[in-house]
Amino acid sequence: MSRPRVRVPRKIKKGDTVTIKTLIAHKMETGVRRNKKTGKLIPRKIINSFEAKIDGKTVFKAALHPAVSSNPYISFAISPKKSGKIDFVWTEDGGKTFTKSAKFTVA
Amino acid sequence: MLRISIAAVALAAFAIGAVSGAAADDKPLQPWERKENHVKPPKGSPLDYLVSGYWFRTPKTRALQDDDFENPAFLWVEQAESEWTTVDGKAGKSCSSCHDAVEKSMKGVSARYPVYSAKNKKMMAITHQVNYCRENYMKAKKWKWESDKMLGMTSLIGLQSRGMPVNVSIDGPAKKFFEAGEKFYHQRRGQFDLACVHCHQGNFGMYIRADFLSQGHSNGFPTYRLKWQKLGSLHRRFRGCNNNIRAVPYKRGSPEYTNLELYLAWRGQGLKVEAPSVRQ
Amino acid sequence: MSQTEVSGGVHRRSFLIAAGAGSAAFAAAQFAPGIALADKALTEQAIKKVIGDRKLIEGRVSIDGPEIAENGNTVPVGFEVESKMSGGDMVKAVHVFAEGNPRPEVANFWFSADSGAARGAFRMRMAKTQNLIAVAEMADGKVYMGKRLVKVTIGGCGG
Repeated sequence: MSRPRVRVPRKIKKGDTVTIKTLIAHKMETGVRRNKKTGKLIPRKIINSFEAKIDGKTVFKAALHPAVSSNPYISFAISPKKSGKIDFVWTEDGGKTFTKSAKFTVA
Repeated sequence: MLRISIAAVALAAFAIGAVSGAAADDKPLQPWERKENHVKPPKGSPLDYLVSGYWFRTPKTRALQDDDFENPAFLWVEQAESEWTTVDGKAGKSCSSCHDAVEKSMKGVSARYPVYSAKNKKMMAITHQVNYCRENYMKAKKWKWESDKMLGMTSLIGLQSRGMPVNVSIDGPAKKFFEAGEKFYHQRRGQFDLACVHCHQGNFGMYIRADFLSQGHSNGFPTYRLKWQKLGSLHRRFRGCNNNIRAVPYKRGSPEYTNLELYLAWRGQGLKVEAPSVRQ
Repeated sequence: MSQTEVSGGVHRRSFLIAAGAGSAAFAAAQFAPGIALADKALTEQAIKKVIGDRKLIEGRVSIDGPEIAENGNTVPVGFEVESKMSGGDMVKAVHVFAEGNPRPEVANFWFSADSGAARGAFRMRMAKTQNLIAVAEMADGKVYMGKRLVKVTIGGCGG
């Protein structure tokens, strides 16, 4: 259940700045919670970073800490100069990644 | 005497505030007090008007429900969309093998659930029905009540009734289940000695600690609760309520909670289905 | 039967305390008991770790959150830096800190020439009422700061 969702406007007017919204299903286990039965700390497992690239070039990057809620939502702005493809990568503790991409035109 | 003092202590401990949401002359009306947000109750209802739990929440929380992208419940709904057409079980069938497109076949279905099943001689919530299909027609394993797959599927089915009025049948064979639900709603229980009716009928709009009490309707379930940080079922909410008043909760899917679900649906008869909603 | 007594000989006062403690635990469910929360000094240290000895200038960056969060587990937060995001007027990064969580670090965001605007939004956990701090690092090395107090209350029905 980690399939991400993204909202990218398909058409962007030249010179405009648009908002990109992203969401991914993830527990974001803080590492400071205890198992109710055993009393042991549950190990930390969070999405620790997020990156958006337009045609291979990083446009926005984020580092997340355990204070970010489950199913992390991140929105940010882009103002691309030409049409292209935007790739999103979420990285979990341990290195597992989740990806999604979208195309847009600038005119 | 003992009974009264326990109830008084319980109420004080649970802190149903003295500050009422009712409007003084100079105060603007709260969203749930505004006439345009009211729905006419069904015949025989103990409430003067119905108002969805949506209107008891802050604008920030409402905004999360207003946009299907902002609403994290749609992560589960999207998953269920692909589950709908995925073959599972020994019969080699998926949901769509029998029901085709979910948008067509499931339109309005959640609005009339729970329903009495003559075949099973019991009241069936939509969750029971999904598992009935899985076991009997798909020959597949049951899903757990609170599993991601089940919550996603019941949300996807609920979504097909979004905006339609709740319209359950409480007559004929449903009557005895309805009456059992009504009894449950009014039955004091737990260490706090409270019944559903005490909070959600007599005191909605009042503070309970820092929250406003709602009328306790079911039209938004399954719901993404900010507290849970995930999607959850109506029966999970019942368990939470029962735990809070220090009563032993029933099992999810139990006849007790299913009867209560029917009675609650009738109390909210006419409210629009909001599944999957966002609550605090 | 005395008014001050609840069944089983539990004194009314202790009953109230027990009930209150039980409810307070709902709010802190994300954090195990015994985990210390950060404070102002720890947060200042965390900020220093990111920006070094540079001076914090108040302004240009704003952080937006609800005045009162409906639930501390999911609090919608947004930020924005006043900047043209072109030429010499560029924002390199925004770092968000919270003064009252187990750790002060919340999230860090980096921008580029194609960002168009240095703004964003996310949802966060807050253990209690506390200040949120956004620190904006500009391309010219200057560092700005914005603050917002978000109140976190204990909900009525943990559920």
